[in-house]
Amino acid sequence: MYRNKLKNKTVGIAGCGGLGSNCAVALARVGIGKLIIADFDIIVESNLNRQYFFFEQIGSKKTEALKENIAKINPTVVVEAHDKKLTSKEIIEIYRNCDVIVEAFDLAEMKQMIIETVLSEYPNKPIITGIGIAGWGKNNSLKTRNIGNLYICGDEQREVSEANPPLAPRVGIVANMQANMVLEILLNNHE
Amino acid sequence: MNNSQLKMKIVLNNREEIITSKNITITELLKLKNYTFKMLVIKLNDTLVKKEDYQHTLVNEGDKIDILHLISGG
Repeated sequence: MYRNKLKNKTVGIAGCGGLGSNCAVALARVGIGKLIIADFDIIVESNLNRQYFFFEQIGSKKTEALKENIAKINPTVVVEAHDKKLTSKEIIEIYRNCDVIVEAFDLAEMKQMIIETVLSEYPNKPIITGIGIAGWGKNNSLKTRNIGNLYICGDEQREVSEANPPLAPRVGIVANMQANMVLEILLNNHE
Repeated sequence: MNNSQLKMKIVLNNREEIITSKNITITELLKLKNYTFKMLVIKLNDTLVKKEDYQHTLVNEGDKIDILHLISGG
């Protein structure tokens, strides 16, 4: 039964914005045992076009609000929350015991930092990154591929800009592609 | 020097490519292939090459290189 397998698994989610909040909620719904989430940010109104938060949570810390929302959906999920901007050293520490890591940062340099850190420190740990989520439409440009233990979800092309804002549908699709990849890794016994 | 000595075959992002040079560094390869983006993750024969090592890491005949271009949004 998938639930029995998942309840003993821990997934690290780096970033609680559009990718992180939606991916965490998907994994909570299917009954993942533990989530280790991290973000340094506070919810602002413009986040609500894609992030899994509510109007009344504006001004709250993203980590705390996400922990609350997960508890309302599935209180059996253990959530360890880190309210800070992660450094390479902290990534090594807090995600040490994760079965899989989901990269859900916003900025390209943060994505590069966590991918380089995980590939060099934990070469056997799968990391799932979200790259190219901006704009709308073009469903079929969203895909998944892997380079060894590094899995890439997204179109790998469209960067966020004024013409291509991040919006709920595409960000949600990629966040759920990441969650779906987590399940594939954990349930198909890649280990 | 004849032409065959100035060529090598590598696999770049799962595609075979002939590079008209031998023993070039990753920095030189990026220039040759017109990679102008700064934010990259590069694996050479399945091992990560850190940004600070691009300049002195050599690419040789038969090597497998994967280059991921990172863009913002999340």
